Amino acid sequence: MNVRDYIRERFMPHIWCPGCGHGIVMNNLIRAVINLGLRKRDIVMVSGIGCSARISGYLDFHTLHTLHGRALAFATGVKLGRPGLRILVPMGDGDAVAIGGNHFIHAARRNIDITAIIMNNSVYGMTGGQYSPLSGTGSAATTAPYGNIDQAFDIADLARSAGASFVARTTTYHVTSMIKILEKAIMHKGFSVVEILSQCPTYFGRKNRLGSAVDMMKRYKEITTPIGSEAKQKQPGLIERGIFVDEERPEYCSEYEKIIEKAKGAL
Amino acid sequence: MNPKNLFLQGNAVCVEAALYAGIDFFAGYPITPSTEIAELLSVRLPQKGGKFIQMEDEIASMCAIIGASLTGCKAMTATSGPGFSLKQEAIGYAIMAEIPCVIVNVQRGGPSTGLPTSPSQGDVMQARWGTHGDHAVIALTASNHQDVFAMTVEAFNLAETYRTPVILLFDEVIGHMREKLVLPEPGEIPLVERLWTSVKEGTDFHPYLPREDGRLPMSDFGGVHRYNVTGLIHDMWGFPSNSPQVAHGLMRHLVDKIETRVHEITRYKEYYLDDAECVLISYGSAARSALHVVENRRARGESIGLLELQSLWPFPAHVVRALCADAEFVLVVELNMGQVLQEVKKAVDQPNKVFLANKIDGTFITPTDIRNILRLIRGKGV
Repeated sequence: MNVRDYIRERFMPHIWCPGCGHGIVMNNLIRAVINLGLRKRDIVMVSGIGCSARISGYLDFHTLHTLHGRALAFATGVKLGRPGLRILVPMGDGDAVAIGGNHFIHAARRNIDITAIIMNNSVYGMTGGQYSPLSGTGSAATTAPYGNIDQAFDIADLARSAGASFVARTTTYHVTSMIKILEKAIMHKGFSVVEILSQCPTYFGRKNRLGSAVDMMKRYKEITTPIGSEAKQKQPGLIERGIFVDEERPEYCSEYEKIIEKAKGAL
Repeated sequence: MNPKNLFLQGNAVCVEAALYAGIDFFAGYPITPSTEIAELLSVRLPQKGGKFIQMEDEIASMCAIIGASLTGCKAMTATSGPGFSLKQEAIGYAIMAEIPCVIVNVQRGGPSTGLPTSPSQGDVMQARWGTHGDHAVIALTASNHQDVFAMTVEAFNLAETYRTPVILLFDEVIGHMREKLVLPEPGEIPLVERLWTSVKEGTDFHPYLPREDGRLPMSDFGGVHRYNVTGLIHDMWGFPSNSPQVAHGLMRHLVDKIETRVHEITRYKEYYLDDAECVLISYGSAARSALHVVENRRARGESIGLLELQSLWPFPAHVVRALCADAEFVLVVELNMGQVLQEVKKAVDQPNKVFLANKIDGTFITPTDIRNILRLIRGKGV
């Protein structure tokens, strides 16, 4: 199998702008699935609304393109309905932690076996460049003409605090580690979160004078550092990448099987 | 006691019926006056290997049942006014993506938080037009527990038949009142099971291509056919499309599959209508008081009858028109400010002969209330 075998050519051309980071994520997600030897029919991809959410349509899995922010709620129904399926949920930053923030923390709290892949481009791209909960203070956006005063979330911190049992961060620059992290996240039994910094040269880049897509990717190399590195101690402003949490904890669907046993025993 | 005779709350009857219909999955969020449905299913569903989940909010509950339905489950959620409002976007998704599911709305007084523990029938129009965009919808209701059972089973059947969400509009009185239910035997009420595609693996499956009879065979997530489901306008493969022809075709299909089958979907009961000069039209709990008045006045020789609607959407205008044709006047009895009244006025030949008897203060409409309105209409004073 090669990457192309997983793409629905009927859907092409895709909607992403030249230089968008989401294509890199899609490519590496497919590679992770190939490396793991998973069957297409065992994978359900559930997405919400936004540039990132369009991945679901492009891939040859069972695909469910839902409502803005609600992908994890739909995914919870799919997973609990048929726990044998592997559920991948590609999300944008606004989709995941603004409109979908409640579903995100509760999916993490339940530790339901779903893999959330958050493509964080710090902006609402599909609607043309409004600030998101990941834009950060001082950034420019079409709805922050005088500079953004909103504090940003740290998605990894949020996921960890909410109870996700696997939490990682990487970027579109670090493709080799991205594949490995995605493989681990997909195989992890429990709620896994992978935040991937993904460039939006069209809106976030242009508004914030970050240069071309290549410039933005190089910047990911400069502003990030491996978890626990010396560089982080010297420059606390650096963003850590790597695996923050990887723990075994009771998974929701497995726990529900115990409920069924109890309920049947009570009859 | 005969084990087939039960004495239950309406919400419990709804649960018995959902189990009878083969429910596999329930997602909900606590809200008065529907909470008992969730509580009872949290006990009963795992006993049969089914799944119950209390989600983080009303929106998530609606989304979860849609996801579960795509894996082949018969799925339901239950709520009341504020929760019903929150679910509307996802109900529209189920309409657009043609995903069978059942939504119970045990109505309470509104708007907003309103009167959480009091009956109302104020969501008739929200059931019809709550979600955005043109669409058709099926909504059923019931006035007594035997009918709560029948209509709940019917809701699951219609959802599978038409691949659409079906709304059960109960109300606080029906939900919390206790009365007898004669539990139907297995097989006594026919069940409609999901229509699965016979298309074999490797052959192109069109999840959104209706058969000649209008039904759309499905394939479960996890099955051999992989396809796309979206809330966007889509073609027969489920792929998004901006084509005006595709958009027109899909919109017509979504509306026509229900509106043109109003004769098949319509459910109603007639009481003493053959020679009725005065026709009462009512539904849900309000129909109990209406029936009481009719039987009482009949005993005194008045030519009065009742048309009890059990399906509200698609609105059975053909039935209303036919059964009101010879009436001198028509009185709609409902617990709102005239939501069905307006539909009746649209349906009959002489709208000015249609009147309203209602209650909007959280109390139940009594036979005396209805009788007083009848006296006013007849110029007799109260």
